[in-house]
Amino acid sequence: MKLESLTQSIGEWLRGTGPESDIVMSSRVRLARNVAHYPFVSRASEQERADIERFLRERIASVPVGRGLEYIDVGHLEEIDRQFLVERQLISREHADAQGARSVAIDRMEQVSLMINEEDHLRIQCMHSGLDLRGAWEQIKVVDDQIEKLVPYAFHPRFGYLTACPTNVGTGIRVSVMLHLPALVITRQIDKVFRSLHKISLAVRGLYGEGSQAMGDFYQISNQTTLGRTEEELVEQVGDVVPVLIDYERRAREFLVRETQQNVHDQVSRAFGILRTAQTISAEETMQLLSRVRMGVMLGLIGDVKIADINSLLVRTQPAHLQKLRGMELDVNDRNIERARYLRQHFEGGDSGRASVN
Amino acid sequence: MKCQQCDKQAVFHITELESGAVRELHLCEDHARAYLNQSGGEPSQGGPEDAEEATPAAGALGVGQTADELAILDQRACEMCGITFFEFRNQGRLGCPHDYVQFEKELEPLIANIHGATEHTGRRPTRANSLPEGTEDLTRVIGLRREMKEAIALEEYEKAKEHRDAIRGIEDRWVVPSEPPPSVADDRGAEGGPA
Ligand SMILES: [Zn+2]
Ligand SMILES: [Zn+2]
Repeated sequence: MKLESLTQSIGEWLRGTGPESDIVMSSRVRLARNVAHYPFVSRASEQERADIERFLRERIASVPVGRGLEYIDVGHLEEIDRQFLVERQLISREHADAQGARSVAIDRMEQVSLMINEEDHLRIQCMHSGLDLRGAWEQIKVVDDQIEKLVPYAFHPRFGYLTACPTNVGTGIRVSVMLHLPALVITRQIDKVFRSLHKISLAVRGLYGEGSQAMGDFYQISNQTTLGRTEEELVEQVGDVVPVLIDYERRAREFLVRETQQNVHDQVSRAFGILRTAQTISAEETMQLLSRVRMGVMLGLIGDVKIADINSLLVRTQPAHLQKLRGMELDVNDRNIERARYLRQHFEGGDSGRASVN
Repeated sequence: MKCQQCDKQAVFHITELESGAVRELHLCEDHARAYLNQSGGEPSQGGPEDAEEATPAAGALGVGQTADELAILDQRACEMCGITFFEFRNQGRLGCPHDYVQFEKELEPLIANIHGATEHTGRRPTRANSLPEGTEDLTRVIGLRREMKEAIALEEYEKAKEHRDAIRGIEDRWVVPSEPPPSVADDRGAEGGPA
């Protein structure tokens, strides 16, 4: 197992480099596909799940994009390793918790991941840093086309690509962006924004962590319907609304700086102070404080901290990552202590050590 | 889950489209019958006996059936994977690709509800060998496998062999054998799928 090597790297989507990456964390496109000659996963027997897994793995391995992928047998992983892959967004929580033969293939950049035997036989995901839905779509299209040459995907002339749940039928596409919207949260405009998104049938959900409590100011916007529009139209539907949200968030940030300069500076400085000095800290609080610091960096209130570092800390301070980094299992209390230690070390040593509050 | 109108177990899960808004109903058998039998489409407050008129509620996932009709529909099973419509309504997951053909009439209003459309306009597969776009022909293999197993269990080996040959015939048309790329196939062993 090469999971250990992943703890040393960070995924491309965390680099904080793409367009608009001060607000858009990542852009993702996902396709749901099923093999036509097997029952859907929830109805497949243990043997059939193993057959599906092998059928898809062999074919994926023999297409050009499949050759550079790393295959991970999720069904035989320890719980902590499955959790680790969830934290990196390489597999879904459902895939981690499922039963039977299942696997994931990922590329070295951690941009592409192919889940076998999730809710559907195959879930292809492509994730890019910043606002780059078009790039993610162009990339996933190539992957999908190559696999379809060798795999007869279940298809209905009128309903399109067939999926286990009718909510995904048709294109099978889910287009989403992960947004960091702290100023809209602080100025209490976020609910209003979400209500307007629902009206144009886009779904919004918060980023969830330990204990499935909504945390921080990270939100995922995605399309709700998959049938009746082309993939390009659905990519555009999500893509079109993002600049509007970016504009709202920017204006809210300007407002905060203009009207509550001391307040926002104080909040950001306190958040940074706690992260650098705490002796024990929960995942939720860490996420909340990192969110504030991230905004502070963007507003120029904190110097010498890189966005990529904050993004990376958001993932590396989560439970499975902490335990992998430490090389041992830790209970909640020990994790909180270890998390605080890791944060102190991170902000004291290395490049960020000289980080200063301006 | 409990019935929304009494303490009994809810066994009917109905998605109702009302003036553009989706509403979920979870009802026990008696209340579902009362609901589906009444004219207005509003769940009645009384018991099942106060519903006399059998005017079906339009737009329900039960597709305007009376409770009796719905009960019959619920028992209908997919010819390929064997899932009943009742199982689908309870789990929210279909059993196999053929369900979209088998339950087409019932799924269509549900799909229209969810997506506001029933026609796929996106990408379509391109196939060699003049195979059709739709994969219904290949999906028949699911049913044939089931029949083959049943024949083996009954020790009807002649019949089982016929099914096996039929499966091979269909798969030969549809499934491209994977040309094994030697290097990839070899170093996968250690962390690949189940042995
Ligand atoms: Zn009841
Ligand atoms: Zn079926």
